[in-house]
Amino acid sequence: MKHDIMNELQRIMEQNIADIEQAKAEGQSVIGFYCLYSPTEIAVAADAIPLPLCGTNNNPIAAAEEKLPRNLCPLIKSSFGFAVTDTCPFFQFSDIIIGDTTCDGKKKMFELLSRYKTTHVLQLPQSQDTAMALSLWRSELERFRKIVETQTGVVINDDRLRAAIRLMNRERGARKALMDVNKDKPAPLAGSQLLEILFKAGFLADKKKGISLMEEVIVETKNGAFRSKDLRGGSRKRILLTGVPVGLGSDKVVKIVEQSGADVVAFENCSGYKQAFFVDEKTDPLDALAEQYLATPCSVMSPNNGRFDLLKEMIQEFSADGVIDLTWMACHTYNIEAVRIAEFVQETFGMPILHLETDYAESDTEQLRVRIEAYLEML
Amino acid sequence: MRYAGIDIGSRSIELVVVDDASEVVCSLQADTGFNPMAEAKKLINGVNYDRIIATGYGRNLFEISFEAPTVTEIKAHARGAWTLFPGSQTVLDIGGQDSKAITLFENGKVKKFEMNDRCAAGTGKFLEIMARTLGFKIEVFGTEALLAKNDLSISSMCTVFAESEVTSLIAKGQSRQEIAHGLHTSVIRRAAGMINRVSSEGDIVFTGGVAKNPCITTLLSEKLGRNVRIPDEPEFVGAFGAALLASEID
Repeated sequence: MKHDIMNELQRIMEQNIADIEQAKAEGQSVIGFYCLYSPTEIAVAADAIPLPLCGTNNNPIAAAEEKLPRNLCPLIKSSFGFAVTDTCPFFQFSDIIIGDTTCDGKKKMFELLSRYKTTHVLQLPQSQDTAMALSLWRSELERFRKIVETQTGVVINDDRLRAAIRLMNRERGARKALMDVNKDKPAPLAGSQLLEILFKAGFLADKKKGISLMEEVIVETKNGAFRSKDLRGGSRKRILLTGVPVGLGSDKVVKIVEQSGADVVAFENCSGYKQAFFVDEKTDPLDALAEQYLATPCSVMSPNNGRFDLLKEMIQEFSADGVIDLTWMACHTYNIEAVRIAEFVQETFGMPILHLETDYAESDTEQLRVRIEAYLEML
Repeated sequence: MRYAGIDIGSRSIELVVVDDASEVVCSLQADTGFNPMAEAKKLINGVNYDRIIATGYGRNLFEISFEAPTVTEIKAHARGAWTLFPGSQTVLDIGGQDSKAITLFENGKVKKFEMNDRCAAGTGKFLEIMARTLGFKIEVFGTEALLAKNDLSISSMCTVFAESEVTSLIAKGQSRQEIAHGLHTSVIRRAAGMINRVSSEGDIVFTGGVAKNPCITTLLSEKLGRNVRIPDEPEFVGAFGAALLASEID
């Protein structure tokens, strides 16, 4: 059954490209996103297709480094590299780009990216708990709504927004339910399998297809279809991965953990559990979106207390034996926050943490393997 | 019963065999060269043992070739140092291409560790290349550096940049010994930072080939104000630890 589903996913992915081409031919717009902070609901409400564009592949980095400094985060370089080399179909499809002023590297990269495609950058506040921050973010979302209205010619009224919120809540609900299957011991899904499904489903223009596929996977995992019994030995240590996002092509740490005989059971990052939120469907839709999205616990926020709360909840619920905190090289905010995260995990759970700083290249695989194996020996 | 540990590092391979009383009955060394498994095979062929554990960079290849279990060099050095110096809680290992600072629980288990990143800054390889740039044999590099009359500061830690810095100092007519001293100080600055991240007090057991360099050990003790303890054969500690771990397998 596992192979059937993975084949089905592959088929849907291929179909998806054709679907998007057709949708564009029929006049639908595509909006490229670079961060979890911008609500995809605003695109969906105007019948536009939201696509995540953060680069997770090492290939275009060399081209990006012709303009960008080498000592910059690989996610930013990869994203920019895909644009300059024009090798990402999803970037090609995008009519406009929405960015946010998250970290320094990204917001300055957007200035250069705008040479390749119309780019709108939303002013994201750097803290979450003040009235000023929320009102600024809400006014930016209002501006975002107007940008999308101009692009699509669709007036985004509250009813449209509410419908989009309901659909995206269903999608996030399916993602959360899928991630939650690994609360079971032993984990029914390998971290690499979970990552692949979440990653690919993110590109699906037809959200309902993604939802039903994830629901199907959940049923199959509960039947034990994804991992054979011997790979689910109860002795495999359960690792929670926190920190920067990972996707196909930037998943080497997940692979090394698995090769070393442990499981990555959950991802506390914006490609994983940070997407497992729910937007209030009853209040003013733009208020609800502003409040929920601004609460995303990314290290660009200061303070970023939400990450500590989320991490604590996840370590408990996923019965983690260990935590690996991953930082992309030159990602200053996650790199510095790692100090407090390590202290927090040690003090709260008496558990050591492994902090890794690396990039998308494979050249340090063996050094990472020593660290990861030594960490697993400690648990 | 005889228990062996083999440490396949980037520069050299060490093999240690212990008996049931954890006494060393045999220790051998070879250059890693370009065919580590052939070298490893040569070493183990002449030795009798009942069980073997591999560690070091070649451990996984050894595991496949000889069906032996493996441990990381972090665990192996910790185990070896803890047995040689009972009660020790901090271990510094500087080998051919990486360096590690490790703290131990009272029972000798690893509590915390730090490791250098992918470049070989501050490791044996760095010292070797710098010695060559200055025309010293690696065996006397430390003793020569200790003869320096003044301290000279080298700011680059990267092998490539440090080499250009050294070249420009030579061009300025600075003494070789002072430049050598400055290079040793730069290695210590990095090692001390690594130790301070894991431990703040107590003796330090210094293992790995670089512990044979007298300038490094002197500067380390001065910089940290802590007692540095050096095993008789520091480069064998990883293999010794692996042999001890082999004797503990159920």
